[in-house]
Amino acid sequence: MIPLGHYLILSAVLFAIGTAGVFLRKNLITILLSIEIMLNAVNLTFVAFGRAQGTVDGQIITFFVMTVAAAEAAVGLALVIALYRHRESLNPDAFTSLKW
Amino acid sequence: MPETILFYLFAAIAVVASTLVIGQRNPMYSIMLLIVSFGALSALYIQLDAPFVAMAQIIVYAGAIMVLFLFVVMLLNAAQEDAAEWDRRHPLRRTGISRFGALLAGLLVVQLVWALIRATDSATAVGASGDAATISSVRAVGRVLFTDYMFAFEATSILILVGMVGAVVLAARETSQ
Repeated sequence: MIPLGHYLILSAVLFAIGTAGVFLRKNLITILLSIEIMLNAVNLTFVAFGRAQGTVDGQIITFFVMTVAAAEAAVGLALVIALYRHRESLNPDAFTSLKW
Repeated sequence: MPETILFYLFAAIAVVASTLVIGQRNPMYSIMLLIVSFGALSALYIQLDAPFVAMAQIIVYAGAIMVLFLFVVMLLNAAQEDAAEWDRRHPLRRTGISRFGALLAGLLVVQLVWALIRATDSATAVGASGDAATISSVRAVGRVLFTDYMFAFEATSILILVGMVGAVVLAARETSQ
């Protein structure tokens, strides 16, 4: 049997990796991938807590998080495509002006 | 004992693959490595008696969302990170500030692990056990999803619709008026 804390620590490490990716990378696609890592870390926490409590609510919240992640990926990637058309770049520093 | 070994194996795969995701310069490799990380997490969900979430993880994340990312990477044909020019010009992208970001991420790990170690009931054992029949069945998940969470489930459909319309509107080329 694995203690609940191990799952939570794994989740914390994954979340921090995602945070580091958002801070350190200069590619919009990699930043979106880092956000997906963070969402997955939170999902793992929900499922582990749900299992510890003996309910299915954790799994259901995970289902909703996945739905939101799918919508976020679709809209985010559409924004990336629209921005790339304007500037031919995926670097977030290229998009510092509100209007051009 | 074998389940402990499996937990550490898949946890190591997930952490290493996620670290490599943010270390790659080519987004294509990042996406492939992220699929590996999602597969390892799916194995962990199976260990937690959540087969529905494990399958949804593979189908929705690895199957749908990552393919969407792959399509965009191939559509934009931007294999390399073109940071050089903006690197020099933008004051926010000096190495000192990047190091500060890495320091903050490391600090986040230390904080979270410290809080988790001090938490009282984190030693509760979870994982596959004999009395898992009520929790592991997809039927139980479906029953709760379509009764207690009915409104949220229906709201999800609106969210997906709005997301789909938004993606189409944002990504559509401006037609000549």
